[in-house]
Amino acid sequence: MWHFNDEQKSLQKTCREFAAKEIAPKAEHHDQHETFNIEAFKKLGDLGLLGITADPEYGGAGLGALEATIVMEELGRACASTTLSYLAHSILCVNNLDKNGSPEQKAKYLPKLISGEWIGCMGMSEPDQGSDAVGMKTKAEKKGDHYEINGSKMWITNAQYAQVVYLYTRTGKEKKALTTFLVDKGTPGFSVSKSIHKMGMRASPTGELSFQNVKVPISARVGQEGDSIYHMMKNLDLERITIAGISLGIAAACLDQCVKYAQERKQFGVAIGNFQLIQKMVAEMSAETAMMRHFLYSACQEYDSGSKDRLLATQVKLALPKMATKIALDAIQLHGGYGYSREFPLERFMRDAKLMEIGAGTNEVMILILAKQLLKECLVNL
Amino acid sequence: MENSFVIQELVKQIDRLGKEVIWPAAIEADEEEKFDRKLFSQLGEIGLLGMVGAEEYGGSNLNYSDYVSVLERLAYYSLPYAVTASVSIMVQKMIEDAGSEAQKKQYLEKLISGEMIGSFALSESHSGSDAAALKTTAKKVSGGFELQGSKMWITSGGLSGVYVVMARTGEKEISAFLVPDGAPGFTLGKKEKKMGWKLSPTRELIFQNCFVSETQLLGKVGEGFKLALSALNKGRVTIGAVAVGLSQMALDLSLAFSKERKQFNTLLNQFQGIQFMLADMATETYAARALVMQAAQALGNPQSSLSQKNASALTALCSMAKLKATDVGMQVTTDAVQIHGGVGYTSEYHVERLMRDAKALQIVEGTNQIQRMVIARNL
Repeated sequence: MWHFNDEQKSLQKTCREFAAKEIAPKAEHHDQHETFNIEAFKKLGDLGLLGITADPEYGGAGLGALEATIVMEELGRACASTTLSYLAHSILCVNNLDKNGSPEQKAKYLPKLISGEWIGCMGMSEPDQGSDAVGMKTKAEKKGDHYEINGSKMWITNAQYAQVVYLYTRTGKEKKALTTFLVDKGTPGFSVSKSIHKMGMRASPTGELSFQNVKVPISARVGQEGDSIYHMMKNLDLERITIAGISLGIAAACLDQCVKYAQERKQFGVAIGNFQLIQKMVAEMSAETAMMRHFLYSACQEYDSGSKDRLLATQVKLALPKMATKIALDAIQLHGGYGYSREFPLERFMRDAKLMEIGAGTNEVMILILAKQLLKECLVNL
Repeated sequence: MENSFVIQELVKQIDRLGKEVIWPAAIEADEEEKFDRKLFSQLGEIGLLGMVGAEEYGGSNLNYSDYVSVLERLAYYSLPYAVTASVSIMVQKMIEDAGSEAQKKQYLEKLISGEMIGSFALSESHSGSDAAALKTTAKKVSGGFELQGSKMWITSGGLSGVYVVMARTGEKEISAFLVPDGAPGFTLGKKEKKMGWKLSPTRELIFQNCFVSETQLLGKVGEGFKLALSALNKGRVTIGAVAVGLSQMALDLSLAFSKERKQFNTLLNQFQGIQFMLADMATETYAARALVMQAAQALGNPQSSLSQKNASALTALCSMAKLKATDVGMQVTTDAVQIHGGVGYTSEYHVERLMRDAKALQIVEGTNQIQRMVIARNL
């Protein structure tokens, strides 16, 4: 067991109890109907979790990556997709705004986002710019006292529910000339054009945002023109670490369920836990989950202590999601026919786990980033 | 070889149905769990359902390996339809091999034409991998038997006209019965909600004082488990074959996508990371196909030294084909989603459905854990 302090233990307990009561019982329903558990989401505001890393001055909890990851793991055990929406709100939108916004912007948005009155989202990917996000094409042009935004954003978690978008745009020709804006719902020309039907993470709404001559005042700009890259660099590590908490939650839930089932289910007259093939799956699953837990929380601790290790968060994001998918596949296998049925949550865990290898940077992009760092001495343009 | 023209024609017909009917409806059929009964009849009309059936009932009595190669092509377009067909054909063959003349007359023509679908009912809620522990009973009564109990995970439950039901006729004796749809005391239980194979209904069957006449006994009393076991080798090879079809589709979709999608101003197929994934997917798919074909040929050829002299080796080979092809199916479809990235995770691009469908293959016809036990035991 990772060594949490008393506050962290109490946070873990609160989240576990909340997830068991408010999230887990409805997870199958929301998964099947592709609906959002908005009631539970709002209650996360009452618990003070929606601004977990944000400044207490605006209602935030002022905590670090480790605490945010505890929340991801515990909620992730019950329902990964509700947790993904929580992450898009609290880390991608609230944390970015808290770290990069002006005092006026924070005062306007943070209290409402943190109380749960408003929901937020972040807009980076585009239909043709996924892994190559920095090549984004959505344009913001300065026209006197305002900017005009044109383009579209794809795969936006919480799109249909968000009152505000933390939006990345292009303001110049050079690849890194990117600028961030806060765009409110209802701004003329801004619409959410479609809901995307997905394999998993179905209780987390995903939409496409479209911008047609959307006028926003200069006061909606976050920082200066060209600041986005700098902001992204600062927060990406936190995003990669905390999102891996969802993969850990899925793996831990699979392990719990498998340990229970292996002792209950009888075939050939004995509990299936007596068979070495089942023992191998359970044993490996437990070793892998422990590895995930220790790696992830030690990375959190490094991050929170201000470590300059630029590889760690990317290594976490590459390693954990892959392991979680494998564990979830094995968990279905261990349950046989029941694992494949929706009566048990394993098949949902697997569908949800797969997204973690794609969202917030695919495995392949993590490999590119790591390779670029590790092998920089030898790389040439082939 | 003289059959090659017939096979080519069949594949052509399946390509036509696949492209015109199955593939355009695939996403909606999955989402709404909608089985196209008319399409299934067309599979009979083009001759697929009767490929290995007796000629006197409308079948064409072809080799098992020919059948497997055509079934693979159907699975390329739709795994669930291929599975529905293969189960129904298995029932057809059981009746042909063990049935009375009257039973053959009653069922074979209809199963071969596609007018009727057949289901195989062995598993129960507490006997999955441990099939011999089944609890459904058939008590001898005047003029026939009375069935009590329930069956789980029955493919085509509710669609089928006839169910081959395994039931206990004595403490150590299992017999097979042909239970027609609508038999008194036979009702359908819940329809399973599943991760994949959604258009193919999987249901529970419930038997409460269900009377079947003596004429509905398939084979002799006590022969049921032997019949089930003899169907297993073939069932495993067909599951291997449909897994290969599924992998081939995942590979083809990934190749096409990587030729069109650009990131960092470069086509995906120019990245070595993607190239190696595609190379592995193709190699594994081809290797799985070769193993499945080897097993299919061994099954179909009575002169084969393998099938005659060494039943153990044959059993191991069939299990290997199932194990390898379905593990490959899972890996290849998972990689296909990964190559497609975000769009691969949406239903619009098909590969996520293929991945969900693939998982069932590692579980049905004996989980892959059971296959490993079987292989080890027979080596």
